[in-house]
Amino acid sequence: MSDLAIRAVNLGKRYRLGEYIDSYRTLRDFIIEGVGKPLRWMKGRSEKKPADESIWALREVSFELRRGQVLGVIGRNGAGKSTLLKLLSRVTEPTEGYAEVFGRVGSLLEVGTGFHPELTGRENIFLNGAILGMKRTEIIRRFDEIVDFAEVPKFIDTPVKRYSSGMYLRLAFAVAAHLEPEILVVDEVLAVGDAEFQKKCLGKMGEVAEQGRTILFVSHNMSAIARLTAETIVLEDGRIALSAPTNEAIDYYLSANLSQAGEIHWSDVDAQGASGPFHPRALRVIDHHGRISDKILSTKPFLVEFEYQLDQAITGLRTGLYISTTQGDPVFTTFDLDAPEDFESHAVRPEGIHVSRCTFPANMFNEGRFVLGVNASSFRIQSYYTNEQALSFMVDGTGAPGSHWPERRTGPLRPALDWEIVELKK
Amino acid sequence: MQRSETNEVKMTLIQPTRGWIGINFPELWRYRELFFFLVWRDLKVRYKQSILGAGWAIIQPVLTVAIFTVFFGKWAGIPTDDIPQPIFYFSAILPWQLLQSGVSKAGASLVASRNMVTKVYFPRLVVPMAPIIAALLDFGIGFLVLLVIMLFYGIVPTTAMLFLPFFLLLTIITASGVGFWLAGLNVNYRDIGHIIPFLMQLWFFISPIVYSASIVPEEIGPVYRLNPMTAIIQGFRWAITGTGQPSGETLIASVAIALLLLVSGIYYFRRMERTFADVV
Repeated sequence: MSDLAIRAVNLGKRYRLGEYIDSYRTLRDFIIEGVGKPLRWMKGRSEKKPADESIWALREVSFELRRGQVLGVIGRNGAGKSTLLKLLSRVTEPTEGYAEVFGRVGSLLEVGTGFHPELTGRENIFLNGAILGMKRTEIIRRFDEIVDFAEVPKFIDTPVKRYSSGMYLRLAFAVAAHLEPEILVVDEVLAVGDAEFQKKCLGKMGEVAEQGRTILFVSHNMSAIARLTAETIVLEDGRIALSAPTNEAIDYYLSANLSQAGEIHWSDVDAQGASGPFHPRALRVIDHHGRISDKILSTKPFLVEFEYQLDQAITGLRTGLYISTTQGDPVFTTFDLDAPEDFESHAVRPEGIHVSRCTFPANMFNEGRFVLGVNASSFRIQSYYTNEQALSFMVDGTGAPGSHWPERRTGPLRPALDWEIVELKK
Repeated sequence: MQRSETNEVKMTLIQPTRGWIGINFPELWRYRELFFFLVWRDLKVRYKQSILGAGWAIIQPVLTVAIFTVFFGKWAGIPTDDIPQPIFYFSAILPWQLLQSGVSKAGASLVASRNMVTKVYFPRLVVPMAPIIAALLDFGIGFLVLLVIMLFYGIVPTTAMLFLPFFLLLTIITASGVGFWLAGLNVNYRDIGHIIPFLMQLWFFISPIVYSASIVPEEIGPVYRLNPMTAIIQGFRWAITGTGQPSGETLIASVAIALLLLVSGIYYFRRMERTFADVV
């Protein structure tokens, strides 16, 4: 008996674009196509056959997962993460290749599946449990635990249509989290609910991992990945780009996916999620020589410029920078209107192209790679653009305070601080 | 946390399927609880937030029969083979409502539960099957009402009543076959949603519900008998009143067509099943 949980061999999934985008066809389309074909043929085949309109969402994906292993999966949107999970949980079939799965697969990507608004919380727990593959006896056994975890004991006999969206999500997650499959597949569900509940969910995940269950964990949250997994695969355009220890994989992912030129330009196409009159144009790191660079010296000040275009004036716009570690842990956040006098004088930002430039003082960062994110919003009114991982830069610690000791300092910061040494007694 | 001591873990092979796939009965059996929960949900939800609740299961057939009796029986004077009109109509309405409700709901079922289909694996056949079985409750309630009306008219059940389960089964087979076809087609072609009401109306008139099959012109008889509902409704009337036994050839045609619908429906459904999650 091997200790394998999953063996995937050359898994591939192809979607026909028409099918995928239109999602369904009407009979009329079918008839029109049918009539159109011979017509086109009669025209003398002058038109070329349309290009093969299909994409491989996943291609030649092979990996092995041992029992009790927690494997992370990271990749950009559209890299094939969800497709991989759908294949492994048998929602859809692969186009080629195969996978051997040992044991029951339960997935947390279907939070709230089959919930019926008219049914009570209690009834939905049973229904949802059954859909997720739990036995009735199993649900009865864990019922109280589920209700407690969801924090809804008072409303358990109320139809869920009267639940707040938070309660609804908590209940849904609670059912899924109490599944006991041999293999647990977790997608980006941890992005639901408030911070408190998210913490609880992550805690639950850690607990499950400690019990020696096999977990496939997909997330954009690098710190969660780093915390819960030892090994991670990086998907790129449907293929496995790297399979390595998590730290290595995260480094690879961030450096491969974040521009290392010290600069990133957005076209309208790739500034996905930008809304309203706000369009991000560029983000750049400028070193103390005034050059665009992704390498800066810890001991020198440097600039970060965020360039954007407004199609019309925006009241109360503020742009900001997120600085985080490559593990995804935030270091700090700063906004261009943090100074009260700027806040007064820039109440309305007119139409046109603007740059918000921030000076980072010398002696601030420890050596290592950092991730820059940007945000543009009108506080509590509208968010125009957020990209938490836009650019990365490398800090060289040469000459930083204390560098006469060749040891690695912990933490993301390495400030030069004033020390006083006073002799109190002889 | 329970951990099984045995190392016997079931291996599932995930790979592209090709060609004919039959029903995976062991797997269906493993998912029986889900099936019952779906049936139960259908029943539970149907009469929620309504004042009369399950009373509708009585009111609907009774009102329908009253309307038929007035318009088709009294005014249009369509003959009912010497069977009291309410009994004549009621015995046809019972299987007809089972078929209509089953087919309509099964046809819409997969599209309606797309958020399940795109997120969890389970044998998709349980989705269109559940509303058909759920419709049996209404059938049962209606049947009890019919028994009361029979008592009122002094009609005593004969041994023909023993064949009622057979015709009920035939109705379920027909509803399932057509339901599977429509459910599968609906995933790809949403036109089916518009076609179903029309189809059911047409089917209503080509079945001997408001008239007796005896008034159908003999030259179209062979075609007419291809409709499995012909034998089913004749069979129900016979089982209930003891008169008007459907002919052997009508029966054979009905059973053959019903089975053909079922087998082809399952075949089509299973063939399309692989792409449901991608298309729905």
